[in-house]
Amino acid sequence: MKSAVIVFPGSNCDRDLAVAIEEVTGRAPTMLWHRETELPEGTDLIAVPGGFSYGDYLRSGAMAARSPVMQAVAKAAERGVPVLGVCNGFQVLTEAGLLPGALMRNAGLSFVCRPVALTVENSQSIFTSRYDAGEKITIPVAHHDGNYTADAETLDRLEGEGRIAFRYAESVNGSARNIAGIVNQAGNVLGMMPHPERMIGPEHGGVDGRRLFEGLLEAVA
Amino acid sequence: MKTRIYVTLKNGVLDPQGKAIHHALEGLGFSGVEDVRQGKYIEIEHADGVTDADLEAMCRKLLANTVIENYRIERA
Repeated sequence: MKSAVIVFPGSNCDRDLAVAIEEVTGRAPTMLWHRETELPEGTDLIAVPGGFSYGDYLRSGAMAARSPVMQAVAKAAERGVPVLGVCNGFQVLTEAGLLPGALMRNAGLSFVCRPVALTVENSQSIFTSRYDAGEKITIPVAHHDGNYTADAETLDRLEGEGRIAFRYAESVNGSARNIAGIVNQAGNVLGMMPHPERMIGPEHGGVDGRRLFEGLLEAVA
Repeated sequence: MKTRIYVTLKNGVLDPQGKAIHHALEGLGFSGVEDVRQGKYIEIEHADGVTDADLEAMCRKLLANTVIENYRIERA
């Protein structure tokens, strides 16, 4: 699998994502600086990492979403290339219009940094095929702006079309309908606030994030 | 010339920060505060040739996230 991890000024989970991808797929991703205008030929997975791109200036993910590399990411997404956005990556994907809705300040105003229980809502996506629908998993979150919001019509559509990949199984950040992760209409773009790359080995305290990458490897191979 | 841009949360979008400010005001003993909404104020210095349409586009493409925010443009 030929993957690329996008790196913005202020990204800080880019290395974690690269390590997870390499460990599961056996091939290190290309690290792609935000000023690049093209993806490496044949890229078949794009990962947008967590962190504080551009210091969260203006809005989380707002500046990164307008950086040159995101135009290449949007084009690839349109062609069906899988795109995984984690945490700040999810914020970037919503700001870029690749996913609906927006991520606002956590309802409790606190930065939340701990493992949380999630329910896998849909095991039909390329990101969740290695999970069972309804399965409870534990993945850590670390964010200040994870409070997912969208208008009722959009939320109904996400639910109706099975596009909610993960929900929080406990109170975390005030997210509408407990949404932790969603996919786009075509099913090749996933944004999620929890960090699957931080749960891929026993040394992390669990392996519940590993199957996301294994599923992607299987889907792409 | 200078243009002032006000970015505010849409009605119905919850504003946890505004709520916290509201509580803090009450904590300071200010009574009668009914609601607080927090927004952004942006000043842009620009050439005279920048049109209203240009300013609109700046708001839509970057300054406001129209999923959750409204904007108001005040040309000086």
